[in-house]
Amino acid sequence: MSAPVVPAVPTVPARFARTPHVARRERTEQIAKWVFFAMSVSMILPLIAIVAYLLYRAAPSLSLEFLLDVPRKGMREGGIWSAFVGTLYLVWISLAVAAPIGVLAAIYLHEYARDNWVNRLIHLAVINLAGVPSIVHALFGLGAFVYAARFGYSVLSAALTLAIMTLPVIIASTREALASVPKEFRQACWNVGATRWQTIRRVVLPNSISGILTGIILQVSRAAGETAPIMFTGAVFFKAVQRGELFPYGLNDQCMALSMHLYTVSTQVPNVKESIPYATAVVLLGSVLMVNATAIALRVWLRNRKRW
Amino acid sequence: MAADDAKRPPLGPFPRPGGAAERLRRPMLSLVAERLLEAAIRLSGFSAVLFVAAIFFFIFREAAPVLFSREFSLTEFLFSTRWYPTSESNVRYGTLALTLGTLSVTGIAIALAVPFGLGAAIFISEFCGPRLRETLKIVIELLAAIPSVVWGFIGLTVMNRVIIALTGAPVGVNLLNGGVILALMSVPIIVSIGEDALKAVPDSYREAALALGANRWQTVRRVLVPAARNGLLAAVLLGVGRAVGETMAVLMATGHAVRVPHSLLDSVRTLTANIAAELGEAPAGSDHYRVLFLTGTLLFLITFVVNLGADLAIRSVRRR
Repeated sequence: MSAPVVPAVPTVPARFARTPHVARRERTEQIAKWVFFAMSVSMILPLIAIVAYLLYRAAPSLSLEFLLDVPRKGMREGGIWSAFVGTLYLVWISLAVAAPIGVLAAIYLHEYARDNWVNRLIHLAVINLAGVPSIVHALFGLGAFVYAARFGYSVLSAALTLAIMTLPVIIASTREALASVPKEFRQACWNVGATRWQTIRRVVLPNSISGILTGIILQVSRAAGETAPIMFTGAVFFKAVQRGELFPYGLNDQCMALSMHLYTVSTQVPNVKESIPYATAVVLLGSVLMVNATAIALRVWLRNRKRW
Repeated sequence: MAADDAKRPPLGPFPRPGGAAERLRRPMLSLVAERLLEAAIRLSGFSAVLFVAAIFFFIFREAAPVLFSREFSLTEFLFSTRWYPTSESNVRYGTLALTLGTLSVTGIAIALAVPFGLGAAIFISEFCGPRLRETLKIVIELLAAIPSVVWGFIGLTVMNRVIIALTGAPVGVNLLNGGVILALMSVPIIVSIGEDALKAVPDSYREAALALGANRWQTVRRVLVPAARNGLLAAVLLGVGRAVGETMAVLMATGHAVRVPHSLLDSVRTLTANIAAELGEAPAGSDHYRVLFLTGTLLFLITFVVNLGADLAIRSVRRR
């Protein structure tokens, strides 16, 4: 046994000691990390503060009575029932129109379409439909449904406008849900002789149904919050409704809507009781966020349950 | 029914009457239903194209009479700042002030939203742990879900007071207010698309950079941002698209003066807010009404170009 040439123990730490260069490198990394962290947090903290402030200002009006009562004294007092029910109407009808078309369109795009110019055109149309400003959708609804189709200013016109506006939401999330089903599942099914539709019906849809539901839920939240598209197609400032009445509107009636009501009480009506606009905003924001939280919870639950 | 059966190819190589192949035949009803469903699926697939075409058709149809009438001048519509739609003697339809309003509000929003949005995207994608990442992504998704009319209300009440307190301006609904609100609205889009773009950069790039001794900040600056350049550009463009098209929030938060803004505290009106504010008062079929539809056509074309640009940018990322 010869004597060790290099005394190993003392030099290893010496070789990996922090040189000024390494120290500087670590410092810049830390600085970058905290700057980016601050940037992320600076978008979120003001929002929490704002929501807390809205809640604080809305507190005097917030109660079940506020939800169930109709607006009184030229909307200066009372509740928001007529608007709340109107929003439910618009959301359900637009959902009934947009959900089948959107899901089928996504099935076409993901399961049937080949990569050629027709489908690039469809893809471009979907992207563009998502980017069209809401007020342009309003103009379209006015020109197409109110005047050309002679539906007049009605729940139907407003709901159809909302349906077309929210279609891309459903298409995009359904496509994502379909894409999450592995290709091998389809190939196995084709190999035992199933047709395309049988494969979709028995294998693809059962494995992606929860993802599709998430997309539909997101459409609901989007439709509930939109104001501009319904402003000129069927939503009105005020409509007399009984307190707590469940079916106050017909398809050809005009209706009130929560989002429109918030716009009205905060800008168009003078001398409104201080807390009413805040409470309306809190109810609208609360419903939309609750619906979205449901969609997120569903997605997280789904991902944890996944077996492949 | 018989004719239909004859047209169908036989199932299996040797069809024998009453044999196994015969029993495998599906009932007529299910075949017809399948055909119908596939037709519905194809039709729905094309519906998006139909809807976009219909949107352009119906808006342009209402706008066309005034566009092709003799006393209307397109140069005045685009480049004059005089917007007097309801004047008795001197009716003028010049949208330059409105276009500048849109540009200035969008400019402020993007100047605020891009650094914060991309910074947050980099933090989420490169610097934070999985648990914090999930939380931040959920919060940002909720941020994106807030309806625009609620943003407008926040501008009208909260931001209004904050701006009056900070700057001493007499009125707090102005260019700055609208810009900040729009920035908060477009940040979620920039973050989520930007994060997707960074995630699309292969991990081998990161590993190569780290193996050369770069720290994470150097990796981000020298490797990831250049590699994800197109995707980040798409994120910014989609943010711009959102800001240009936003209606209710700017209607409520920017004040109502149709004029060329000179300072941050001037109130302005945008193309979108102008349609929302005046469409209710313009009688159907009047020149004023048609000019508002023409403004809508202009907006449609602007957002079309912006979205097309974003899509091309994203596409070039995927190809690589």
